[in-house]
Amino acid sequence: MNRKLLDLWVGFFVAVGFAAILFLALRVGNLSSAGFAETYSLTAKFDNIGGLKARGPVKSAGVVVGRVAEIHFDAQTYEAVVVMKMDSRYQFPRDTFASILTAGLLGEQYIGLDAGGDDRMLQSGDTFAKTQSAVVLEKLIGQFMFSKASEHIESK
Amino acid sequence: MRDGMIELLRSLGHALSGAFQTLGFAARFFTTILACSGQSFRRLHLTIREIYFSGFQSLLIILVSGLFIGMVLGMQGYETLQRYGSSEALGVLVALSLTRELGPVVSALLFASRAGSSITAEIGLMKATEQLTAMDMMAVNPIARVVAPRFWGGVISMPLLAALFSAIGVFGGYLVGVVLIGVDEGAFWSQMQGSVDFRLDIWNGIVKSFVFGIAVSLIAVFEGYDAVPTAEGVSASIKRTVVYSALAILALDLVLTSFMFRGV
Amino acid sequence: MPTECLVRINGVSFAYDDRPILKGIDMEVPRGKLVAIMGNSGCGKTTLLRLIGGQLKPTGGELLVDGQSVPAMAHDELYAMRRRMGMLFQFGALFTDISVFENVAYLMREHTDLPEEIIRDMVLMKLNAVGLRGAHHLMPAELSGGMARRVALARAIALDPMLILYDEPFAGLDPISMGVIGQLIRRLNDALGATTLLVTHDVQEALSIADYAYFVADGQIVARGTPGEIRASSDPFVHQFVFGEADGPVHFHYPAPPFEEELMRGDVHA
Repeated sequence: MNRKLLDLWVGFFVAVGFAAILFLALRVGNLSSAGFAETYSLTAKFDNIGGLKARGPVKSAGVVVGRVAEIHFDAQTYEAVVVMKMDSRYQFPRDTFASILTAGLLGEQYIGLDAGGDDRMLQSGDTFAKTQSAVVLEKLIGQFMFSKASEHIESK
Repeated sequence: MRDGMIELLRSLGHALSGAFQTLGFAARFFTTILACSGQSFRRLHLTIREIYFSGFQSLLIILVSGLFIGMVLGMQGYETLQRYGSSEALGVLVALSLTRELGPVVSALLFASRAGSSITAEIGLMKATEQLTAMDMMAVNPIARVVAPRFWGGVISMPLLAALFSAIGVFGGYLVGVVLIGVDEGAFWSQMQGSVDFRLDIWNGIVKSFVFGIAVSLIAVFEGYDAVPTAEGVSASIKRTVVYSALAILALDLVLTSFMFRGV
Repeated sequence: MPTECLVRINGVSFAYDDRPILKGIDMEVPRGKLVAIMGNSGCGKTTLLRLIGGQLKPTGGELLVDGQSVPAMAHDELYAMRRRMGMLFQFGALFTDISVFENVAYLMREHTDLPEEIIRDMVLMKLNAVGLRGAHHLMPAELSGGMARRVALARAIALDPMLILYDEPFAGLDPISMGVIGQLIRRLNDALGATTLLVTHDVQEALSIADYAYFVADGQIVARGTPGEIRASSDPFVHQFVFGEADGPVHFHYPAPPFEEELMRGDVHA
């Protein structure tokens, strides 16, 4: 076969192959949205993180402002330590409240940030002062039943 | 009875030492290919020719199979997901199945039977008709001239084919899920983008297909080069290429998956 | 020998694993001559060519080509030597995926940086020498056996080698093609000033073109001489071979126990 024609078809094949990789990266994957240009890290400690996973989103007012970088266990305080990579475009006051929330009833878990009113901002490496753990469904049901039962006794 | 046992042990030992010998030869062969690779990249048209034969000519089967598999995933996934009321997650299901597993694995299996077997046949026949010996006698190294370009042609083609397979598969899932069944288009794409990570899912898939490409291409050129130079020998080698490639792909997939997705 | 020898073989032996193929061969191929090596199938003739080409290493003895020891050569030296050799394989071994023209041009493209026009002229010249200039655009699959052999011959002489080796050039050819190839071998040897080593079992054809002939049987040289001497030889082996007799020193029967004994036993498969 003619070498020029061969080169043409192979060039076409390679181009289509790379286009497919690009399609997967930008349209199927989250390369376009997840890649924060510059980040700083914040730490939060929780009694219970529920089903939170590394790479889970950090949202404030429903907008993704960072991602969970790593999760480990503090053997001294028996708490979960969550390190987040935050988009450096967004700064949060020092009294910001971090809680673990669930998207929908059974959806994936994420960290929700409720901004406080402090003038000073959290710097890279800082730790959130106030956190709220994940809601564990079994505990919730247990509490509910307990309170119902006590109501019942009181009303007698 | 005792003789039978000894005979059994002896044949087992023979088979085992034969297998080790082949493995050792394959390893030596692989290093020779790598050592000769400089030549096959300096004369790029040799490798380009092989990309044409193993990559471009596999396009049709890869695209058609990818589309069908994506469509089937769309149907089956919808069927299961709608029982739990989360049919919007269809995009996630289709995309993750394809990029992580089906794309690299199925395209590698197809590649082994379409391109791998023809590479083995070609090299085996060249050996059987003394073309490789003739080349060697003409002071042309057959590993540099014949084997290495085919090896690299396969290694380069494989990840591109796997990416094409996954991409067209996602499109097939979209066709069935969104166009045919009527899952919300916005939810289909946004949930997919929210859950498919480039590095973890897509990049790992590409790495997988690259490893499969090395394995299949190496098996194909080795079986061709090692073929018994007769018609029966070449056909036995082609059969071995397909069988060993399939086994290697699935075994490597298990190993790679357990490395890549452990604890996530 | 008074004339200078291109190939000198002293007591060369060779064995595959434990099976001896050659047992002490002595041979000389003078420069510019056409030497034929004859013997029945499986006597080790092809092995001898492989040894000269350096594809196999002898288990003993000395093998010199142009004064250099072939078994002692490193890979690069071996390839340098092979560039000055041409070899015609038993069934041609043409590259089936490229045309006749490209087959002949192959070595020029691999080993030289000649411009395309010169390669074209050289290829057509070589093809003209074997009478197939008109077939340059054909693929090897479209050639008859005799034509394929001639193309392979053109390819073997592409770079004007000093030594041309032929492995059974007459095998499977009709008498006309055989005569054509025989005359070509002789003419090319003289025209190129090359030296030719011809391995064949076709005695008549070989004797009609060779300057000198060796007979190999059972890994040893059993007879040698000019074609005239060979034809006049009273050696029983040579006589059997030259005249194609069914039985003689080379037996018709594969070694076996006496026939009557085996028939009486009746338990061959046991």
